[in-house]
Parts: sequence; C-alpha cells; structure tokens
Amino acid sequence: MEHKTTYWQENLRLIFICLIIWFVVSYGFGILLVEQLNEFRLGGYKLGFWFAQQGSIYTFVGLVFWYTRQMNKLDAKYKVEDE
Amino acid sequence: MEELKLYTYIAVFGSFALYFAIAWWARAGSTSDFYVAGGGVTPLQNGMAIGADWMSAASFISMAGLIAFLGYGGSVFLMGWTGGYVLLAMLLAPYMRKHGKFTVPEFIADRYYSRTARIVAVVCLIVASLTYIIGQMKGVGVAFSRFLEVDYDLGLYIGMAVVWVYAVLGGMKGITYTQIAQYCVLIFAYTIPAVFISLQLTGNPIPQLGLGSTLADGSGMYLLDKLDLVVTDLGFKEYTTDNMGGTLNMFAYTLSLMIGTAGLPHVIMRFFTVPSVKAARSSAGYALVFIALLYTVAPAVGAMARLNLMNTVEPVAGQNLEYAERPQWFKDWEKTGLLQFEDKNGDGKIQYTANAETNEMTKVDRDIMVLANPAIANLPNWVIALVAAGGIAAALSTAAGLLLAISSSVSHDLMKGVLTPNISEKDELMAGRVVMTISIIVAGWLGLNPPGFAAGTVALAFGLAASSLFPALMMGIFSKKMSGTAAVAGMCAGLGVTMLYVFQHKGFMFIPGTSFLGGLEENWFLGISPNAFGAVGAIVNFTVAFIMLKFTGPAPQEIQDMVDNFRVPHGAGKAHAH
Repeated sequence: MEHKTTYWQENLRLIFICLIIWFVVSYGFGILLVEQLNEFRLGGYKLGFWFAQQGSIYTFVGLVFWYTRQMNKLDAKYKVEDE
Repeated sequence: MEELKLYTYIAVFGSFALYFAIAWWARAGSTSDFYVAGGGVTPLQNGMAIGADWMSAASFISMAGLIAFLGYGGSVFLMGWTGGYVLLAMLLAPYMRKHGKFTVPEFIADRYYSRTARIVAVVCLIVASLTYIIGQMKGVGVAFSRFLEVDYDLGLYIGMAVVWVYAVLGGMKGITYTQIAQYCVLIFAYTIPAVFISLQLTGNPIPQLGLGSTLADGSGMYLLDKLDLVVTDLGFKEYTTDNMGGTLNMFAYTLSLMIGTAGLPHVIMRFFTVPSVKAARSSAGYALVFIALLYTVAPAVGAMARLNLMNTVEPVAGQNLEYAERPQWFKDWEKTGLLQFEDKNGDGKIQYTANAETNEMTKVDRDIMVLANPAIANLPNWVIALVAAGGIAAALSTAAGLLLAISSSVSHDLMKGVLTPNISEKDELMAGRVVMTISIIVAGWLGLNPPGFAAGTVALAFGLAASSLFPALMMGIFSKKMSGTAAVAGMCAGLGVTMLYVFQHKGFMFIPGTSFLGGLEENWFLGISPNAFGAVGAIVNFTVAFIMLKFTGPAPQEIQDMVDNFRVPHGAGKAHAH
C-alpha cells in the first residue's frame, strides 16, 4: 500500500509538470500573451500566431511521448508493469 | 471537365471498394469483435485508426475553410483538437484501459456503483455523439453534392445511405482495419494539394514552412504579410490577429474543445482495444502524431486558400473579375447552392468586400473551401478527385465510429445492462443495428438545416461532452472519495447548463425556428459563444459534484480499492463484459 501511494504521487508530479507546459504553450503563448509575442517573428510568422497554429501542436506531441517514456520507467521502478 | 468527372468517380468508388472489401474480409462475428475488435490491435495501428476516427469531415473539409476566414481565431480548432490528446493520454486512457470494460457508461456504472449513473452517462453520450454526427452529415452532404453535381439536400440523402451500409455492416473490427486504409487515403488527399499549392505560392514544398515563407512572385514579401494586406484592403479584419470574439471567448473555446476531445466516448472506446496499459499510453502518442500531420498543414491550407480566392476575385488591385469570365470551379459550386453571387451594382464584375451592402459574394459556405481549393489553384484533375475521396473517407470513418458508440451504449448499456439483462448476443447486435439506423435518420434530418458549419456544429458536440462526461471520468480516477450521487448531480448540472445555453441560442435540438434568443452576440454570457460554452459547463459540473460530495459522504471502501487498483497498470487483462 505504502509503495502504491508513492507510485501514484510520482505519476501525479509528472502529470503536473506536463500540464504546466501544455498550458503555457497553448493558453499562455497562443492566447493570453499572443499580442506581446507577436512583436517577435519566426520567419514570416508572428511568434504568437506561430505558437497558436504550429508550435503548441509540436509541443503536445513531444509531451505525450515524454510522459509515456517516463511512465514506462516508473512502472519498471515500482515493478507494476503490465504484461 | 469530363476528365475530372472520370477521375473523381475512379477515386471515390475505388477507395469505397477498398473499404468495403476490408470490412467484408474482417466482418464481425461475436459481440466482443463487434465492439472492441478482440483486444488485439497494436499501438501504431490503433494510433492510425484513432487518427481516422478522429479526423472527421470537420477536420478535413471544414476546419481549414473556417481558418481561412477566421485567421488567427481559427487557432482554437488547431489547439483544441490536438491538446485534448495530452489530457487523454495522462488523465483518462491508461486507467480506463486498466479497468477493462467495453463502453464508457460501463466504466461510469462500475466506478459510481449505480445504474442511474450509467443511464445518465448514456444520455450524455447520445446527445454529444448525435450532435457530432449532424456535423458529419453536413460534410458528407457538401462532398456528395459537389461530386455528383446535385443540390446539397440530395447529396445529404445519398451520404446517409452510404454511411448506413458502411456502419451497419461493419462493427469495430471491420472499422479498425478500414480506418487504417482511410487514414492513408485522407492524409494523402490532404497533403498532396497542400504541397502543390505551397510550391506554387512560395517555392517551398513543405506547407508548414511555406506558410512562414516569402512569396515566389518576386515581391520578396512574406505570404502572411501579403494576406494581411489584401484582406484589410477590402475591409476584413487582419488575418494574423483577428481574435474571434476576444481573448476570453478564445480561451473558453479552446478549453471546451480540449476537454471535449478527452471526453468523447467514440475516441475513449478506442483505447479499450489495445492489449495493455502501456499500449494505451503509446496509442495516444501515435494518434497525436498522425493527427498533427494534418493539423499543422491545415493552417497553411486555410491561409493559402484565402489568398488564392482573393487573387481570383481581384487579380490586380482595383480590377475585379468579370462575372462572365468566372472560372469553372465557381460555376460548379454555384450549382450546389453553397456559393452565390448577386450583381448588386450591375457592373458585371465580382466585388468581394467586408461590407454587407456592397459585397456581391452573398454566400461563400466555409465548408466548400478545402474541396474547392485545388481547383482554385488550377491543380491537375487527379488531385481534385483525390480530395473528394479523402473528404468522404474522413466523414465516413468518423460517422461510423460515432454510430458504433451510440449503438453500443444503447444495446449494451441500456438494454443488456439495465432494461433486459437476459438479451441474447444476437439480439444485442440486432438492437445495435436498429439504433444505428435511427441515429442516421435523425442526424440526417437535422443535417438538412445544420446549426452551423460542419466544424462549428462539431464544436457544440465537444462542448456537450466536455461539460458532462469528462469531469465525471476524471473525478472517478483522481478523486477516490467522489461518490455516485455527487457525480450524477455534476453530470446533470453540467450537461443541463450547456444544453440550455446552446439550445436557447441555436434552437431546441437544433430544430430551426425554436431558438428564443437567436444566435445574437449581444445575448452571449460574458461574450462566450455557444460553441465555447462547454468549458463553463465543465466548471459547473466539477463545482456541483464537489459541493454534493460534502452532503453524500465518500464512496464506499470497495470502490476506493477499485480506484487504487486501476491506478496501477499491473495485471490488466483483456477487455471483458460484465
């Protein structure tokens, strides 16, 4: 029981980190701070516009794969793997 | 023209023959096959199938068209429909897979130890999925009306018939393999024209980079800067900053689509078909990659289509196109009634402006842009034909997935689970098919007067899922103490508030003429559009549930033990029936 709780807490920590990044790139850079970021440019893209239409999506993909890898490690560490 | 027709028939019927062949080859035998394909699909395959399931007529046909006219505001669809997968992969999919049931209401019934919860979940599921199918029907209607050269209504009837044959005969197993084929068809159909158009306009073959490049016309101007200039000249809002009803509305809209994505049962169901918890997590990752391929191309398609459209109507600044010299694609779309011109000033030329009094393009249905795009850019006929096939593949695959979610919730949850527990497997399958048929008829009828463009209608469905199912599922996993009564109260409150808001603006069950507040912006709560209201509904749901929890007391110990059990991956078996 003890050890399930810590597995769960480590999982919650990972989720928390991922969701902060998830929030910052989309709601933060793409919506709330879009005007400020639009002062900068990435080629022909205004930076805020780029985050809203491209950058956030790339980050989401990276996040899901990173989380999956971390969780596989965590499963192995606590020997709770499935299969 | 004859050549184009020939190619379109070959592409559409050729791809159809392929899907039906696969569906026939893998036709469903037992109920377990019908719903979850026997549990043996790899993460990569499943990711691709989720991609096809996910990318519907709304993504394929409608989204880029909406972005073309909304500009920056269209970003809500891009972020919303991809960001939801982050939530799904971390908050729901692995645990629901571990628990191992066939349907979403079944999970809710177990977690909230109540038949009422199951019935409420079925209702939420049906309302959200049916709304979603209306959006698909709009897309199917547009696609068939164009390529068969009939009006929209007839196109819709034909689409209904095709969806019926396709979904009722298939079952999930047929659908998983056909959806892999459909993903391939639709992603090629989407990216090939985008590559051509990006090359034409910017010299860069990768649309994601082309959108940020300079134009190839020798001006050295960036494409997006040019577009901003062209649209503001005609009085439209600047493309890269037009923020669709303000920051709060965009925030709520994006949130509503994200949590709706994670709460839509036809997507969650997909995660029941993978062999392990580990595979559930990686399926979400692969799905997102396959989805991101289309979603990062879409903004390029939208912006470039808008620029091409503007340049067609006004090739040189101040010199508008003669109506008599309009291109073939213009005439073709006029036949469907989705593109209309009225020569208000009688000069025989086409004026396209933001001013409703002088604007002569009196109707430009957003949903035609992607299908018309290759023709507007003068691409070869086989490319145009491919896009028609892709659009129909997208609509079919999603409609089939949704119908499956509805029919399984009625036949499996409502009939076998609650009303008639002794029903035989054969009768359960039959009931599922009857429910599918009824759903198609209802959605088709409502699709004759859809509550918005395909992507907008679909957004409503997400709001409904976001406000009802997502909070219940998430609390079920992350709050061990959450009690059944509290969760049911939350679902009812969330769905109730959202439906009330949506229906008062869009009409009761979207039946035209029954809306008493109109779609008027002045009547919007805090300026939040009905399409974006799911986010508010979700907050209401969470709040009501946690307040009610204070009164009902925590869930019983055995339920809390069950939650502990599905929080760890160890020992997940195959998905099993009750």
